[in-house]
Amino acid sequence: MTDEALNLPPAFGMLPRRRNQLLVAAAVFAAIAVSPFAIKDVYLQNVLVLTLLYAAVSQSWNILGGYCGQISLGHALYFGIGAYATSVLFVTYGIVPWGGMLVGGILSAAIALLLGYPCFRLKGHYFSIATIVIAEIGLLLVHNWDFVGGALGIQWPFGSDSWATLQFARDKVPYIHLALALLAITWFVTFLIEGSRWGYWWRAVKDNPEAAESLGVEIFHSKMAAAAVSAFFTAIGGAFYASFLAYIDPESVMSFRFSLLFALPAVLGGIGTLWGPVVGAAILIPLTEITRSYLGGSGSGIDLIIYGGLIMLVALAKPEGILSLFQGKRQKAEGRS
Amino acid sequence: MSTDILLDVQNVTRRFGGLVANSDVSVEVRRGEILGLIGPNGAGKSTLFNLIAGAFPPNEGSIRFEGQDIARLSGPARCRLGIARTFQVPRSFDSMSVLDNVMVGAFAKEPGSAAARRVAYETLAFCGLQQRAPAPAGELTPPEKRRLEVARALATKPKLLLLDEVMTGLTPSEARLGVELVRKVRDQGVTVVMVEHVMEIVMPLVDRAVVLNLGKVLAEGKPRDVVRDDAVITAYLGERHRAA
Repeated sequence: MTDEALNLPPAFGMLPRRRNQLLVAAAVFAAIAVSPFAIKDVYLQNVLVLTLLYAAVSQSWNILGGYCGQISLGHALYFGIGAYATSVLFVTYGIVPWGGMLVGGILSAAIALLLGYPCFRLKGHYFSIATIVIAEIGLLLVHNWDFVGGALGIQWPFGSDSWATLQFARDKVPYIHLALALLAITWFVTFLIEGSRWGYWWRAVKDNPEAAESLGVEIFHSKMAAAAVSAFFTAIGGAFYASFLAYIDPESVMSFRFSLLFALPAVLGGIGTLWGPVVGAAILIPLTEITRSYLGGSGSGIDLIIYGGLIMLVALAKPEGILSLFQGKRQKAEGRS
Repeated sequence: MSTDILLDVQNVTRRFGGLVANSDVSVEVRRGEILGLIGPNGAGKSTLFNLIAGAFPPNEGSIRFEGQDIARLSGPARCRLGIARTFQVPRSFDSMSVLDNVMVGAFAKEPGSAAARRVAYETLAFCGLQQRAPAPAGELTPPEKRRLEVARALATKPKLLLLDEVMTGLTPSEARLGVELVRKVRDQGVTVVMVEHVMEIVMPLVDRAVVLNLGKVLAEGKPRDVVRDDAVITAYLGERHRAA
């Protein structure tokens, strides 16, 4: 290591690594924003929307699961709350989806705090199992709750394309930009958290709770805060998904499959990293859609087999996720800078 | 109570099931001193240490820090009051860099990242670890990990630093550096309580020693008096060696 590496970084400004992260993000998001000029195919645009959405929600999941180390397998609950709050408020009360998004997000965060109170007394696998059970209970409740459409679900009314109602029947491009905005916001929020006191505390809680406590970190508060932020953005993703489908039923927004699909991209790409969920979603979601369309109806379940295989591969070869393949290089580069 | 007593442990008892790990233990820690907590294995040193650090509350007795009863306060709350600790088996945050580890400590008093980073760098330099700042904490050697534990605790700007067997397993030259560091910490105005069972290292370093045996305070005083104490020799070496 050279002497320069020992020099203090400009303590008052942004670290070079963080500045580079922002530049990369700006470039990536800008490229996606103009991609509809190149990608005209509606099917591909559809895949792009879903990829961006899952990247965003997986990033939200990553805030609690990756940074704070609390592996939730029940985030479909928050996704469903966002989707249902938006749908009910829009279809029954005529409130534009933007309002429903916000209400769903706040409601989800509140419920996350309510559930976190008992659940964060559980550790490790016990916590994960509790989240699965609670999400399944939520699914059953919605199934049998007529006010929100029960098993039939909620059909959004057909209307003209509009940014107010988030309905775009003819042209999918606005959905690309909406999903991209959602991803950019969750990414940037995660970026801010990572550089802040909370980010450090959450990672400390994940790595070694006893040591964290000895350094003044309130573990319970940390977990609760992470859960609330995570649930808020997951619900916003659910709200977007509802407007994208324009029809929701319990299975289409709250099944266990979604909980898996939010966790997997982060695990595959790199858990507890800024780009892990994005990289993971960019691999997983197109793969899902391809297997679905090429294998048709008989292929249901094949995508899950592929996930399983991928996860096993990652777990065996690179438990820190795909991003860790580049980690070594990055650290060396940092040492030189 | 006189103000030069920083920590006042009075008649503390702690039981684990049927085992009485600390029985009616009273210890005073004076501001600015290095106090050694010694005793053979199973004497209750770690229990007393954990009671002071806040890992669990005592069954009976009081623990006062700067006059305030802290016996029921949580670990994090005690840290904010100015009590920091290290762990016998180093517990670094292995997914984070050495600098980030110390920043977690610095955030206890500094809410802003830039300020916390500056404190962390200064503390690492103080502990002689600045070259390792960008390294992942998991890659440190065992003696470096011990230093990291101390640096992280110091970054919380404590008034009282609790060291749990920081010298154990070090080579003589490493231990000498460790002793130097502890002296430096005290010279910064931080009171130090250290648990050790390696007598040769502790005795020249500490101002006062408290010897525990079977959960009770056996002897207390200047190191050179304590090592001559009959009860202490018996506790360490057994009845047979007393005559020798």
